[in-house]
Amino acid sequence: MTAPFPTHKQEEWRYADLEALQPVWEQFAEPIVLTVGAGEKLEEVWLPVAEDVQLRRVRLSLGDGARARIFALNNAPVYGRIELEVSLAEGAEFEMFAANIGSGLSTNEIVTNVKHLGPGGRSRQTIRSVLNGKAVGSYLGKVEVARGAQQTDAEQSVKAMLLDRGATANCKPELEIFADDVKCAHGATVGELDAMQLFYAESRGLDPMSARALLLEGFVMDLWDSAKDGDAICIAARDALRKVV
Amino acid sequence: MLRIENLHATVADKPILNGVSLHVPAGEVHAIMGPNGSGKSTLAYVLAGRPGYDVSEGAATFDGRDLLAMEPHERAAAGLFLGFQYPVEIPGISYLQFLRESLNSQRRSRGEPELSGGDFIKLAREQAKLLEMDAEMLKRPVNVGFSGGEKKRAEMVQMGILNPRFAVLDETDSGLDIDALRIVGEGINRIMRGPGKGVLLITHYERLLEHVRPDRVHVLQAGKITRSGDIELARELENTGYAEAAA
Repeated sequence: MTAPFPTHKQEEWRYADLEALQPVWEQFAEPIVLTVGAGEKLEEVWLPVAEDVQLRRVRLSLGDGARARIFALNNAPVYGRIELEVSLAEGAEFEMFAANIGSGLSTNEIVTNVKHLGPGGRSRQTIRSVLNGKAVGSYLGKVEVARGAQQTDAEQSVKAMLLDRGATANCKPELEIFADDVKCAHGATVGELDAMQLFYAESRGLDPMSARALLLEGFVMDLWDSAKDGDAICIAARDALRKVV
Repeated sequence: MLRIENLHATVADKPILNGVSLHVPAGEVHAIMGPNGSGKSTLAYVLAGRPGYDVSEGAATFDGRDLLAMEPHERAAAGLFLGFQYPVEIPGISYLQFLRESLNSQRRSRGEPELSGGDFIKLAREQAKLLEMDAEMLKRPVNVGFSGGEKKRAEMVQMGILNPRFAVLDETDSGLDIDALRIVGEGINRIMRGPGKGVLLITHYERLLEHVRPDRVHVLQAGKITRSGDIELARELENTGYAEAAA
């Protein structure tokens, strides 16, 4: 039996495009399970596919001292959702670098739940959204620190760039901490392209479109700097940016 | 080469330039001096086409072309360069990428072939070396983490790479120590002294003018040129200040 269809009343589905989700729900209801054993490493690159509605639901479990690094680009033309639940055992490390690039009427969202279960875990989430038209881009990120998960070090950095008045960015970091010796930081900004940066680039000879594209590249592309195999996501992100400029 | 006639400009509806007239013939360097708030930077921004700097009256032509009708990037392609008083930081984009795209964009609009990656890097290294700047700095994001003096020197490296025909340099000397001032001065002479070139050098101080000898010196006060002369005028201002000069 498939899981019940979500509603907007559930916090983690609050901004979802449920209408777009309905027809494909059955094939995505069950999340994919990934396990990284003690001391092992995983690096994944998640690229968009050629579908109007794209869902990726993953449950990632990290053993003692395991490390995982996820690079993801969310760029669905109608509805894209990257949903990731991560559990970290003692000394595990999780890093996520992800972007929502949305145009038109699309909804793209990244929803994470990072559970620090053992002590000494470290998590880093860096999320960038670039949105034009009436696109919606969301990040809902929950960090849970269990009792006993002392010396947890968790960080969320979320920035969104709105290119048109009608675009919307939602950002909701959420912390649930049951240990007393932890570091949990989060920062979020929503902005527009900087007029002075644009003028500076144009004064050097870039036409307005190229100047905008260049600034957006600067905003997004350093997400992939640490990827071992980052070529495909660089190309995909550059393509996506060119379409939203 | 650059001809400005009775230029009036406003910023946020406030009049800043109140009838500037100025002619810089090809092959000459003209300096503009003036107290704070006299309109020097506004003049520089108006010439480069910064949005929000509105011309209400007057004209500016560059080699006979109506400068004010052109977009900022078209002015750059035509050969105009603005050295910023406060160079802008662009995180995430390396100086090399920024300048290579800028230069090639200019070359495309002039119908010239683009420079290959290798040729560009060679040119960039060469120019950095001439301005005694570590070429490794060009791999860093544009102006991010640069000191005030490094930013100004990097502006001159940009000028060397883009090789404009006319440069408006807005207080390029501020923030420079004595050695850097000499290096920048030599850079301006090397890049911009030539028969088909011209410079409008905006400065507060006479010191840079000892390195880059201007052909003419103008004093801008309350949005108007109040006096013009040779380098002796700059020396006089250094001694007497602007208040007396106006008298």
